[in-house]
Amino acid sequence: MRKKLWIKLILLLIIPGLLFTVSCAKKTVTSDTGVTQPIEDEDLKAKDAAEKARQEELARQRAIEEERLREEAARREAARNQFLTQDIYFEFDSFAILPEAQDMLSNKAEWLQNNPDVTVTIEGHCDERGTIEYNLALGDRRAESAKAFLVNLGIAESRLNTISYGEERPMDPGNNEDAWAKNRRAHFVIN
Amino acid sequence: MAAMKVYLKTVICLIIVMHLLRGVGLCRDDYDYIDITNPFLRKIPIAIPVFKKMSLDHATAKLSKETSDLLSTTLEFTGYFKIMDRDAFLLDPQNAAASSAVKFHNWTSIGAELLVTGGVAIKDNRLEIELRVYDTFKEHMLVGKRYKAGLVDKRKIIRRFCSELIYILTGDRGIFDSKIAYVSTNSGHKEIYICEFDGYNPKRLTNHKSITLSPAWSSDGKWLAYTSYLKGKPDLYIKHLTENRRSVIAKEGINISPAWVPGEFRLTATLSFSGDPEIYLLTGTGKMIKRLTKKRGIDVSPTWSPDGKKMAFVSKRSGSPQIYIKDIDSGRVNRLTFEGHYNTQPSWSPKGDRIVYSGMKQGRSDIYVIASDGQNLVQLTHNEGNNESASWSPDGSLIVFSSTREGPSRIYVMTAFGTDQRRLIAFPGEQTEPQWSPRLSTGH
Repeated sequence: MRKKLWIKLILLLIIPGLLFTVSCAKKTVTSDTGVTQPIEDEDLKAKDAAEKARQEELARQRAIEEERLREEAARREAARNQFLTQDIYFEFDSFAILPEAQDMLSNKAEWLQNNPDVTVTIEGHCDERGTIEYNLALGDRRAESAKAFLVNLGIAESRLNTISYGEERPMDPGNNEDAWAKNRRAHFVIN
Repeated sequence: MAAMKVYLKTVICLIIVMHLLRGVGLCRDDYDYIDITNPFLRKIPIAIPVFKKMSLDHATAKLSKETSDLLSTTLEFTGYFKIMDRDAFLLDPQNAAASSAVKFHNWTSIGAELLVTGGVAIKDNRLEIELRVYDTFKEHMLVGKRYKAGLVDKRKIIRRFCSELIYILTGDRGIFDSKIAYVSTNSGHKEIYICEFDGYNPKRLTNHKSITLSPAWSSDGKWLAYTSYLKGKPDLYIKHLTENRRSVIAKEGINISPAWVPGEFRLTATLSFSGDPEIYLLTGTGKMIKRLTKKRGIDVSPTWSPDGKKMAFVSKRSGSPQIYIKDIDSGRVNRLTFEGHYNTQPSWSPKGDRIVYSGMKQGRSDIYVIASDGQNLVQLTHNEGNNESASWSPDGSLIVFSSTREGPSRIYVMTAFGTDQRRLIAFPGEQTEPQWSPRLSTGH
């Protein structure tokens, strides 16, 4: 009794399946006839053109995207360069953050927020006037001032190292006010 | 009973006074030639003829000229003497008979107050030298010594004799067995070098190929502390000068401006690991003992009174860098300098009475000296480049410092009163931060 039921079930599944395959085969045969060939050519031409247009559009979009990426990379690069090259300056024998330096530090904080994986070292420098040990301490205070400002803007303290070079690494070796002004600085380095 | 007490007190006072007088009297008798505390010291005219050759070979002739010249320059270095021109001498002791007595009038008549005579011989490839100093007016010998040594030790002998003479004239052994540590860029990097007191025989101590700064001698002369960027940041190194022993203090921030506590294996330095540069007391192996400054703002460049009871240092607590003195027992801090807006780099004199420092006016640094009670401020350098990093000779008679008066920074020496300024060290590159050692006794 059970066996019969099984056979019926299998037949039920197989027969429609066979019918289906037969009908499919028939369709393939008709579409393979030579009569339809010219129409197909026309069709292909149109398809080719469309494809070409589509490809061109894709290429155009790719170019736009590439351009956009390039621009973005350039912007990122520029932002990174600005972060690295733009030093903040101090007055003689002072580690107070000047208004101009505050703007620069805000930009730097923004960049650090956009680049959360980066840790940096802030170098404190002095001009050659004054004495070596005092300037090492002053450079330390300058780097610490810049760091404290960034921490107040929400940058994690653990991302900011400081080092003082005192008067040991002048940007400009001259001994005039122009050179000194350039040398009293905090400089940023990406670790 | 009360009368008895008063009587006793009087007797005790009298005894003390008598002892004091005797002390002064002793000084007068023995050292009436040179009073090194006198700023208007008159230089003593001294005649140093070429020493007599006791053998007639060429080597002896050369040696006698060399040693007599060396004695002249070594004595001249002290600033106490006017070395007389040999052309002015009325007679050449070379021609005098060995046994003949000194004819003092030949020397007094040309104004020589002291006369050095010597005899030089080379025997068995060893140097034999006899040296005497006479007071020409009193017509008696102040000191006479005979030395035998290897030929290479002639400098040592001359220095030992100078030391004897200076002891007789001043009551102090002088500077002849001291050295000077300094920083030079000669190799392309700032490294520490050590030379003898007169600039002779400079040797490089460090080879860190980095930035190395601020040498500081321990008071036994065996250790040198300094700052170096060897590991990329300013750390403090404490190095034994003859043995292979070294400690490093490498806390976060700066580890700078070492100064040893006199007579102890302890030192002070500025560390900024707390976020603020403060002065700490450390063991000689760099272990923390305690924090000595407690004001926010820069505290740097400690220097100790010779008795170790007070520490002078630089602080920005009042707005501009000024020198302060902390009494260690009471903890009280007093400001020492009030003139000018930038006074740094104090160095306490070995006699304890004065502090020398760098003061800046109109962007130019000069050396000043001030009594440790804040009186008697005197400017020692004037209108000649930047003058910085003053350090006392161990007898307190001379000051070594750096100056840019000839362009690049070089090392110069002057007397404690600012006279006789002369260049000591000039090598390619720049030389800065000289530190005079204590007396490095090699046995007398």
